[in-house]
Amino acid sequence: MTVIQKQAVSPIAHLTPEDIEQLGVELDAIRQEFLDARGASDAAYIRKVIDVQRKIELGSRAVLLASVFPPAWIVGTIGLSISKILDNMEIGHNILHGQWDWMRDPKIHSTTWEWDNATPAAQWKHSHNELHHTYTNVIGKDNDLGYGIMRVDEDQPWHPMYLAQPLWNFINACIFEYGIAAYDLDLGATIKRKKTKDPEFRAQASKVLAKIRKQATKDYVVHPLLSLPTGSFFSTLAANVTANVVRNLWSHSIIMCGHFPEGVETFEKRSIDGETRGEWYVRQMLGSANISGSKALHIMSGNLSHQIEHHLFPDLPSNRYAQIAPKVKDLFEKYGLNYHTAPLPQQVYSAWHKVFRLSLPNGWLATTNAKNAPEKLKMLYKMATGGPKVRRAAQARLNQEARRLKAVA
Amino acid sequence: MSIALNAGGPAGPQGQTLRQLRDGVRRLTELAVTPLVPADYLDMFNPLRAGADLRGRIVDVHPETRDAATLLIKPGADWAGHVPGQYVRIGIDVDGVRQWRAYSLTHGPRRDGYISITVKAVPDGKVSNHLVHHTRPGTLVHLEQATGDFVLPEMPGKLLFVTAGSGVTPVVGMLRNLFPVADSGVVHLRRSEDLDITVVHVAPSEPDSIFIDNLRELHASRAINLIPRYDDVHGLLDVNRLDELVPDLAERATYACGPAGLLDALEAHHTERGMELFVEQFRTTFVEPGEGDQIYGVSFNDGTAVEADGATPILDAAESAGVLMPSGCRMGVCYGCVLPLREGIVRDLRNGEITKAAPGDGVKVQTCINAAAGPCEFDH
Repeated sequence: MTVIQKQAVSPIAHLTPEDIEQLGVELDAIRQEFLDARGASDAAYIRKVIDVQRKIELGSRAVLLASVFPPAWIVGTIGLSISKILDNMEIGHNILHGQWDWMRDPKIHSTTWEWDNATPAAQWKHSHNELHHTYTNVIGKDNDLGYGIMRVDEDQPWHPMYLAQPLWNFINACIFEYGIAAYDLDLGATIKRKKTKDPEFRAQASKVLAKIRKQATKDYVVHPLLSLPTGSFFSTLAANVTANVVRNLWSHSIIMCGHFPEGVETFEKRSIDGETRGEWYVRQMLGSANISGSKALHIMSGNLSHQIEHHLFPDLPSNRYAQIAPKVKDLFEKYGLNYHTAPLPQQVYSAWHKVFRLSLPNGWLATTNAKNAPEKLKMLYKMATGGPKVRRAAQARLNQEARRLKAVA
Repeated sequence: MSIALNAGGPAGPQGQTLRQLRDGVRRLTELAVTPLVPADYLDMFNPLRAGADLRGRIVDVHPETRDAATLLIKPGADWAGHVPGQYVRIGIDVDGVRQWRAYSLTHGPRRDGYISITVKAVPDGKVSNHLVHHTRPGTLVHLEQATGDFVLPEMPGKLLFVTAGSGVTPVVGMLRNLFPVADSGVVHLRRSEDLDITVVHVAPSEPDSIFIDNLRELHASRAINLIPRYDDVHGLLDVNRLDELVPDLAERATYACGPAGLLDALEAHHTERGMELFVEQFRTTFVEPGEGDQIYGVSFNDGTAVEADGATPILDAAESAGVLMPSGCRMGVCYGCVLPLREGIVRDLRNGEITKAAPGDGVKVQTCINAAAGPCEFDH
């Protein structure tokens, strides 16, 4: 995918500025409808989810006290994984978005909530709510696109180091909570700019380290020690590591599905100068993808399976997205836009496909088949080991081949 | 030489070990439940326990008139008690939104430790209507400790109570304490023997009178001298002719609770004659939202005050006046600019929605999309 402004046929070419503003007005009306509707049943919903999550966590932790017995280990680990996923997705993510601030309950409020995750809530709110949700899918502004470590767009020049990006992406998925913490700190860029001695950065970093220390002490010291009397120290430790990894893999997958599948649009930095509310809405509509599935999937994904609705109305309560979706879908149809939705396996595959495709030079995957594979691999080897000149020449050849292939098709 | 002081708890080395053990367990529990706190889990099972945020459970809702009800509440273990005449601030979720209001305590202190408030549903009153008509026993409410100076002195002597409408509630709290009612009727306590109490009770009509039966019972047993005044029978009460109803008015200390108009008139009347008056008023008179083209004062608790017009976000107005404000996306999405509104009224510039805050509410509002619709005070 290339930024929407450079595409041969823009998916929004058929919309006049008036259309886009009218679309904004209609979306505002949907927002208002649900603002007016939200009430006691919504409040009861989030309290119920929090109550269930806490009971699952208490139960799982209790079962894991005897985790040396395999059935206890399995039940406890599954329970703890579910509890951590609920805490991060349907509860933490959405409370920190301010979706429940309207209840005026100081215990369920974006300004007071803290979650079971390496990154402190305050820092995540800045990088996620403020940067990602405002600059969604704008190359160079929205670091959620590839987290600054991946090639996410054809326009980014290919470099041999990108060959390893599927591996990085997998490692990042396993340790996702730490990846997010580093990313919220803007660690990579700070190191690159040699600003790690900056006092403000230091202060932030020490907050992250304190949070990580607390989380690790709980999962890897205190609970294993509490299990010691049954001889379950190591099995509880293993259970907690497993639950954290499961949570990391799950949340990474869900989040990849939100903006990464093939067909989701990206935008140029220039394009958001003086952006109107209608244009902002359109960018959210085209820059997000949904996951279709059961109610359980929606809850476990924190309703990020309704990523499009979430990006349009990030502060409406998550339990309402399922009701908002048909109305939003109607608007997509009315304005001739592509409502991007597919089941989880399909979206995960699509997102990973993009990671692989962009780890290779533009056009390489498309022009390679079983017959020319040896030749193509040789070319890739040359591109990976040669200098910029070799790369440019080979890329030109690839572009030509790809164009020819398209013309035939 | 040093002297070890034990502040509370068992003394001696044994006590110290115990304390250390307790602190150790507490610390371990905190480490085990982070990022939550142990209280988050304890609240799930016992929200009224000692050490919890102060809450109460509604035990009974008893209708008093067609639009008033008494709510009997079991307060949390940390309830510190009250003096009759005091009020309590109570927080209840109405349509999912936590709302705080103050109500006089109309009963107790009681032996079972319960407290009660009596609420009159006022027209368009979101909270009062909810409490009177839609609250069920078992509901959890949030409380603050009882407070208020509208209480009787140690040696009361000759008193006059002037009550209007639901202003009768703190007075009933006092009277019930002075003259408990048993199955056999009003109990005359020794401590209440020397009292000489007149109650002028004003109400729109007789059926609208909360607690009129209780007042009549006290009157019948000669505990008080009740002078009921119904607007539909007697016409509106003229404060300047109060001495016609109460000839020994000048000898009495007056305790009044009711709407602002009545209290203002009483205050003028009593000040002029140099008589003693104690008043209590609850109904918060909210400023109605003003228009967008007006200028309002917005102040912060460090003393800075800025002028903001009703069409400019508070964030922008404060920043252009040099106030360092938390901010984020500036479009109402990220909640990075949220500040507690201590008192005042704001308007959401996107859809015109009005948010009001009374003292003590501390409603958190997004400053980037809200403009002042009246004078505002922020905690910042």
